[in-house]
Amino acid sequence: MIHHRPPTPADPAARPGHPAHTAPAALRGSLTARLDDPARAWLDRALDEAADHPGTHGPISVWELRLAEAGRRCGTEHADAVRVLILHAARADTAALDRVYRQGTADERRAVLHALPHLVPGPDALHLVEDALRTNDTRLVAAALGPYGARHLGPHDWRHAVLKCLFTGVPVDEITDLARRAHGDTELARMLGAFADERTAAGRPVPGDLYRVLALTAPPHADGTGIDGKET
Amino acid sequence: MRIFDPHIHMTSRTTDDYEAMHEAGVRAVVEPAFWLGQPRTSPATFLDYFDSLLGWEPFRAAQYGIAHHCAIALNPKEANDPNCTPVLDHLPRYLLKDRVVAVGEIGYDSMTPAEDLALEHQLQLAADHGLPALVHTPHRDKLAGLRRTVEVVRASELPPERVLLDHLNETTVKEAKDSGAWLGFSVYPDTKMDEERMVAVIKAFGTEKVLVNSAADWGRSDPLKTRRVADALLAAGFGEDDVDLVLWRNPVAFYGLSGRLDLDSLTTGATHEGNSILRGGE
Repeated sequence: MIHHRPPTPADPAARPGHPAHTAPAALRGSLTARLDDPARAWLDRALDEAADHPGTHGPISVWELRLAEAGRRCGTEHADAVRVLILHAARADTAALDRVYRQGTADERRAVLHALPHLVPGPDALHLVEDALRTNDTRLVAAALGPYGARHLGPHDWRHAVLKCLFTGVPVDEITDLARRAHGDTELARMLGAFADERTAAGRPVPGDLYRVLALTAPPHADGTGIDGKET
Repeated sequence: MRIFDPHIHMTSRTTDDYEAMHEAGVRAVVEPAFWLGQPRTSPATFLDYFDSLLGWEPFRAAQYGIAHHCAIALNPKEANDPNCTPVLDHLPRYLLKDRVVAVGEIGYDSMTPAEDLALEHQLQLAADHGLPALVHTPHRDKLAGLRRTVEVVRASELPPERVLLDHLNETTVKEAKDSGAWLGFSVYPDTKMDEERMVAVIKAFGTEKVLVNSAADWGRSDPLKTRRVADALLAAGFGEDDVDLVLWRNPVAFYGLSGRLDLDSLTTGATHEGNSILRGGE
């Protein structure tokens, strides 16, 4: 028996405290309120150290050490937010983010993906999103489709990522800017239709999320009353 | 019944095994780094393997409601290969990670000078990183190997109370127990230990600091041997509390020495999003 987790109903953008969608100052505020005293003291010290000693020092910088132990210091459920705050405090650039990702556990890699929209203005870190999308770890696939991926993924890779979510059971609510990017995307509509046909031919169920995405691909109305009236 | 398998190589097992293990009561495992059957030729392949123990494998386990932790080390056999030993320089950054609950498996295979060096070095790494150590005892010349292992542990900075001596049997259990270390037994279909011999050893030496594992890997082995031992203990008249001590509380206590054991996800049900091991195209 596979232990399915119920799909996440909420749009992550609407989830307060989501580390990819919340500005670091607000993220720190909401996190601080939820940590116990020892964890809060540890976090304060870790962020001060990162701010005072950013960059690379010796075989492992002190802020990278704090990244590694964030889960056991603050609790697994807070580790993503803590790691994003440490990366932000250390002003990690693309090279540092690349190293942390390459040397990271799956949890640390996910935190790097969440940190990208706060730290990398252009597409320089897109290769990390592409790496995460090649995995079959649904936590990484979902994180890759956050604000940074939404902004920088090209149409072909983005469409395949949407399809991968449907294949692997990542709720499409995890995909940032899904409605905006899907709107008027006739190629995505074709791919979704072909996938539905394939499932139907096999006598297998079509994922419910597929029809939701398909509806979002509807082209803009000729009278200009589409969602944003913009062709994709 | 809740079972913690303190030594199993899930990398070599299938999702069918995870499913059967969960059905049998297994809720937590520790996967120590080991030899893959095919000799490695460079440190780089160790790094990919360690990354898998901290990435894909815990994800896979979580799909079946099993908490996965790991132990990281250069294994005894490959400690003899100069193509592999440079991986020792990479271990410190792995030993910092969440979910790394021990250095292991280390110890002796053929009792060579190279193995001496690797064992001493990695016991020191365990002491430096606040981790316990999972120490394999050799299959050949076992009692002599156990004695030499205990000597090296005694000479190290790692106290024996933070060492699990594994693959013990009738000939080595007494001296291992006298050393103050934790006592690991691997139960196999036809080598190492079996269920009935395990019951006899526990009758003779008690349940204190005793851990039972399947050590299941790519060879002839059985990931459900932990459950078989639990059933054999009950059939022999041991109580449920004895079984829980050996198959859950002792491994939790030993790996809990790391401060990194995270079993909360088991009680909250918060594992991972999505459902899975589905490949694109399925």
